[in-house]
Amino acid sequence: MPTRTPMEVSIAVAKAVQQADVDVIAAYPITPQTHIVEHLSELVANGELQAHFMNVESEHSAISAMVGAAAAGASTFTATSSQGLALMHEILFIAASLRLPIVMVVANRALSGPISIWNDHSDIMAERDIGWIQVFCETGQEAYDAILHAFRVVRDPNVVLPMVVNIDGFNLTHVIEPIYLFEQEELGDYLPEHRQSLKLDIDHPITMGPVGIPEVYTEAKKQVEDALINSKQVILAAWQEFGRRFGRAYAPIETYRVEDAQILLMTMGVISRTAMGAVDRLRDAGKPVGLIRCRLWRPFPLPEFREAVRQASIIAVIDRHISLGAHSGPVGQEVRSALYTLPNRPQVFDFVLGLGGRDVTVHDFLEIVELAEQYATQGPPESEYTLIGLREV
Amino acid sequence: MAEKVEKRAIIGWRNLALGCAILEPGSSMHLLTGTWRLQRPVVDPEKCNQCGLCHIYCPDLAMTKTAAGTYEPDLNYCKGCGICAEECPKDAITLVEEKE
Amino acid sequence: MIEIRFHGRGGQGAVTSCEILSMAIIEEGRYAQGFASFGPERRGAPVLAFVRAGDKALKLREQVYEPDIVAVLDPTLLRIVDVTSGLKENGWLILNTKKTLAEHKPKLRSDLNLAVVDATTISMDILHAPIVSVSILGGLVRATGIVELNSLEKPLLKRFGALLARRNKEALMQAYWNTAMA
Ligand code: SF4
Ligand code: SF4
Repeated sequence: MPTRTPMEVSIAVAKAVQQADVDVIAAYPITPQTHIVEHLSELVANGELQAHFMNVESEHSAISAMVGAAAAGASTFTATSSQGLALMHEILFIAASLRLPIVMVVANRALSGPISIWNDHSDIMAERDIGWIQVFCETGQEAYDAILHAFRVVRDPNVVLPMVVNIDGFNLTHVIEPIYLFEQEELGDYLPEHRQSLKLDIDHPITMGPVGIPEVYTEAKKQVEDALINSKQVILAAWQEFGRRFGRAYAPIETYRVEDAQILLMTMGVISRTAMGAVDRLRDAGKPVGLIRCRLWRPFPLPEFREAVRQASIIAVIDRHISLGAHSGPVGQEVRSALYTLPNRPQVFDFVLGLGGRDVTVHDFLEIVELAEQYATQGPPESEYTLIGLREV
Repeated sequence: MAEKVEKRAIIGWRNLALGCAILEPGSSMHLLTGTWRLQRPVVDPEKCNQCGLCHIYCPDLAMTKTAAGTYEPDLNYCKGCGICAEECPKDAITLVEEKE
Repeated sequence: MIEIRFHGRGGQGAVTSCEILSMAIIEEGRYAQGFASFGPERRGAPVLAFVRAGDKALKLREQVYEPDIVAVLDPTLLRIVDVTSGLKENGWLILNTKKTLAEHKPKLRSDLNLAVVDATTISMDILHAPIVSVSILGGLVRATGIVELNSLEKPLLKRFGALLARRNKEALMQAYWNTAMA
């Protein structure tokens, strides 16, 4: 039986990494990711995890070390946040294009400036196109489970891509809550051994990362894109198998009280749980409101998304990042373009909130639903998106 | 009328190795850069002091040590860039034009 | 659902109080979230920490705005922070103070329940440090009965290790028995 343990979510994440039996961890401390790798370094120092822990001088070095270790065939893990992720930027594309199965936690935090150590999604939204699988978590249990899923998925010979597990900084990483931890035996063969077909090996020399001349670059990109799109099948299978074995089910687009819902809220990450509370209240008041939560962000689950919103007339999309100079937040853009070619599509209104750690409350969601209804009946707002809680003077 | 210029791929994406890797060791041997040569370096063994700088500077590692200890270009790979002639401290290398 | 807000100063142990209490609630088989008003650690700055408890997983992840219980780890905070802000009607206010119930009670909203404990003196006596994270819990548990005293043992051990856990247990019990309520 899994043991129900009260613990900080970061510690549970570290436990999952330990259970995945990684070979190399390299990380540079940055709030609010720090507790995860701090705990991993303790596990390594205490001999509870037989892995190599590399202290590096920056996040650029951390991800570069991961690329090197993964290229040599090691199972690798790192974690970062905000500026740290931004500093990794150029190497992130390389990790995907070299097809290296790295697992990384991003403890989501706002990007500077002004300097902010608090939670939003601006760090990962700036890295949407890096070619990594990207998922979001809503609870500590999901975060623990997602690490196990991630190692299973990236080790699959049909995937061989890096993966980001997004865990909202502070608002999830630093929360103490009950988490069911597996005994190693219970996991059994859910986590396959790390075996990489393509690696640097003195006995079988290969060249990784050669120049992609114009006659090959397009084809190289297509290969990564194809692998990323097809990874969805493996992710779905990993979730199904997890549900079958352990009783917790996961889906790329999760729904909550969507039966006959005319208005759908769409969220990602930890605020989804607060949105559920808001939906309960609205349902109690007789409003046909439901919630969809995007768990799998890359590859974007287009058919599942379209199916989930098929019967709604209004979607209120929540963005936790402001896409400066664009007409809406990144999730809003994604949703609108996903629906554009459909003959009958719901109205989409985009709401940006919870930036730089501003608390997202039940009240915010109530306001959003009210505004969305108002826009639907009285015409859309002047701006294509609405900043919630903005103080004017 | 300008012809349509085709920008062709040299390999289809389905046949590309994982991560665009090159799986055959030393595959650059197949690329005979010697065919690019307009001028060929000729070494005067009398002037050569066997320092080996030409070997080190040659971008294609074409300068090869002979049994006598002096250096000669491997014409399969020497592309005639002239770096060796420029760097030789003894002016032992001259570039001569390739005949048609 | 029960919501608790701790008021403390950086370094005083409010986050530790929240950690230990939330863990104890979870040990009892209930659901809890323990979290702080996260920020860079600054010793002395006013800080908030929260515990939210329920019988099953809660569909709520916002901060605590309308607590059922407020615990104040430092009496000097009363001068600069409105600690009873949002505190529900008939809610509990747990104060670490050297003053008596009678001195505090008249200054409070009349519906509130008040518990006072001299957690600082207890911590100085037993732990030789003004860290009141555990002694304030003695007052809180005594007044509200939110957890069984036994349930705190495992979290104390986990947080402090055997030696310090024993001393903190002592501080907890001292505070528990020396809490006055009205
Ligand atoms: S650089 Fe000149 S002198 Fe030196 S080995 Fe080459 S040919 Fe001889
Ligand atoms: S001419 Fe250029 S390529 Fe040929 S041997 Fe000299 S340096 Fe090498």
